[in-house]
Amino acid sequence: MKIMVAVKQVAALDEDFAIRSDGRDVDADFFIRDLNEWDDFSLEEAVKIKEAAAEPVEVVAVSVGADEVDESLRKCLAKGADRAIRVWDAAIEGSDSVAIARILAAVAQREAPQMLFAGVQSSDQSFASTGIATAAFLGWPHAAVVTSLSLAPGAKSAVFRRELEGGLLHEVEIQCPAVLTIQLGINTPRYASLRSIKQAAGKPIEVLSLADVGLNAADVGEAGSLSRVRRMYVPDKGRAQLIDGDAAQQAARLADIIREFKGAQT
Amino acid sequence: MSGILVIAEQRRGELRPVSLELVGAAEGLRRAGEAVAVAILGSDPQRFVGALSVAGVDEILTVKVAAPEFDADTFESAVGALIAERNPDVVLAAHSVDSFGFAAALAARLKLGFATDVFRVERIEGELVATRGGYGQKVSVEVDFPGRRTVLLAIRGNVFKAPEQAASPRVTAFDAPQVASRAAGREFIELSAGDDVDMAAAEFILTIGRGIGEEAKVPQFRELADAIGATLGCSRPIADAGWLPKSRQVGQSGKTASACKLYIAMGVSGAIQHLAGMKHVNTIVAVNSDAEASIFGVAKYGIVGDVFEIAEELRKHF
Repeated sequence: MKIMVAVKQVAALDEDFAIRSDGRDVDADFFIRDLNEWDDFSLEEAVKIKEAAAEPVEVVAVSVGADEVDESLRKCLAKGADRAIRVWDAAIEGSDSVAIARILAAVAQREAPQMLFAGVQSSDQSFASTGIATAAFLGWPHAAVVTSLSLAPGAKSAVFRRELEGGLLHEVEIQCPAVLTIQLGINTPRYASLRSIKQAAGKPIEVLSLADVGLNAADVGEAGSLSRVRRMYVPDKGRAQLIDGDAAQQAARLADIIREFKGAQT
Repeated sequence: MSGILVIAEQRRGELRPVSLELVGAAEGLRRAGEAVAVAILGSDPQRFVGALSVAGVDEILTVKVAAPEFDADTFESAVGALIAERNPDVVLAAHSVDSFGFAAALAARLKLGFATDVFRVERIEGELVATRGGYGQKVSVEVDFPGRRTVLLAIRGNVFKAPEQAASPRVTAFDAPQVASRAAGREFIELSAGDDVDMAAAEFILTIGRGIGEEAKVPQFRELADAIGATLGCSRPIADAGWLPKSRQVGQSGKTASACKLYIAMGVSGAIQHLAGMKHVNTIVAVNSDAEASIFGVAKYGIVGDVFEIAEELRKHF
C-alpha cells in the first residue's frame, strides 16, 4: 500500500514585517518558514499506519514549491516518509489553494496511492481547501477534519471520526481510495532523531516540473486559480486596553477586575 | 437568474445559527431587485422552514436528500444542481466543518470563484471583493475573482448579524438528483468527558495555552483558578497534548463557553478558532509575553508580560 501525504512549507511573519511593493503579499524577507503544523500530524498518521501494518506500506511526502521547500521535505523524510517529491515551475507562482490542488492531484495520478492525507488547513493562508479540492480533481471520496482514523492497509473502506463544532464527533465510513484532511491532535507527532535527520540529509528529493506531471502553465498560477489576491494590508487592531506597570502592578489591576466581576455577581 | 444563494446548515434536527448570519451577509451584499434564496438540505427539510423565515429571505429552497446529516457527495451533487438551475452570482456557505468537507471540491469542479474564512464582502466598482485573514491573522487579504460567473464564499461565523425580524418567504421544493454516496455517516459522539466540569455553564474561566510551556506547570494554574474562583479551561494544544481533558478545551471545536462573562487567557496566543469560540464574552483579559499575539485583538484588557510572574503576583491577592 502507498499513502501520499501532501505537505506545505508555511510562512510565519517576523515581528516587524513589511508588505511587498506591489501591495499583494508580505515581503518574503520577513518569512520564517517551517513545515505546516497540521502536516506534521498527517505525516505521523501515515507513518503510524506503516509501522502497524504487516504488509509493506510506502509513505510519500509531496509538496509544491521552490527549493527552500526541500528543508520541510527533509523533515518529513527524517520523521518516517520513504520518499519525497517536490513540484516546481516559475509559472506556479501566484497559485491559490485550488491550483496547488490540481498539481497535487496530478502527482497522485502518477503515484496511484491508496490514500491521500493533507492537513485540515495551513497556518499561513488557512484556506482549508487544498486537500478537498485535490479529491475533486481525482474524483475521489473525501472528508475533512479527521480526528481519529482506523485504516487497515488494503481495505476497501476506512472508518474515521470528524471533529465538529462544539465538542461533537461524527463517525463515518468512507470508500478507499480517499482524501482525508487531518486535524491537530489525532496523534502525537514524533521528534526526528539525530540519526534519522542525518539519514534524511542523504536521501534524494524527486523534483518534478509541470510537464512531468502532465500540466501546463495555464493550469496553475493566476490562470489556474479561483481567486486572486488584490491587496494585502495590516489591519487596525490591538483593541485591548493595555495594563501597564510591573508584574505586581499588572496583577493588582487584574485582581481588581476579578473582584469587580464577583461584586457584580452577588 | 442572478441573485444570492445561501446554503443553510442543520445538524441533528437543529438549524445551525450561522445559517441566519449568512442571510445577514447576503442582505449587505444584495443589489436592488436581487433575490436571496436559502437552500436547506436534509431528509426532512420542511421542518426548518419556520426557523429560516426571516427578513432578507425571498425564497426557501427545501432540498430533500436521503442523508439526514451532512454528507459530502450529497451536498456537492445537490448544491451543484442548485447552482446549475439558479445560476446565482454569489453562493454563501459557512466557514464550518461541514463546508470544509465539500465547498472546495464543488468550487474546483464547477470552476467557481472561491474564497474561505471571509469576514467582509463588498462590491468595489462592481467587482466582488472578499476580505480574509493571512499569516495567522496578522494581515488582511482582499481577494477578487476575475472572470468568474459565480463566486462561492465560505463566511466566518460570529461576524455578520442574523436578521431578527420574521418574514414569509416563498417556499419551493427543489428536486435534487439522487446520489450514491461513497461515505456513510454512522453516529455522533459527544466529546468524552474526562471530568465532570461543565464549561458551558461556567461564568468565570481561566484558560491556559501553549505559553505555559510544560505539563508540570498545570497544577500551579489549577490552584490559581481555584483560589480566584474560576473554572480552569485550556486551548487546543493543551488538550491535544493530554495535559488537561478535552472537556476543558474551549473554542470552536471544544466546548462552547456560552455562559462565560469573564475570561482570563494566560499564554493563549489566540488561534482564530479559539477566538471565534470566545467572541461573545463580555470581558476578556489576555496575558501573553508576545505583544503581537492575536488574542490582544479581541481582548478588552491586555497584559504583556510573563504569565508565571503575573500568575504568582495575582495569587497573592486571593
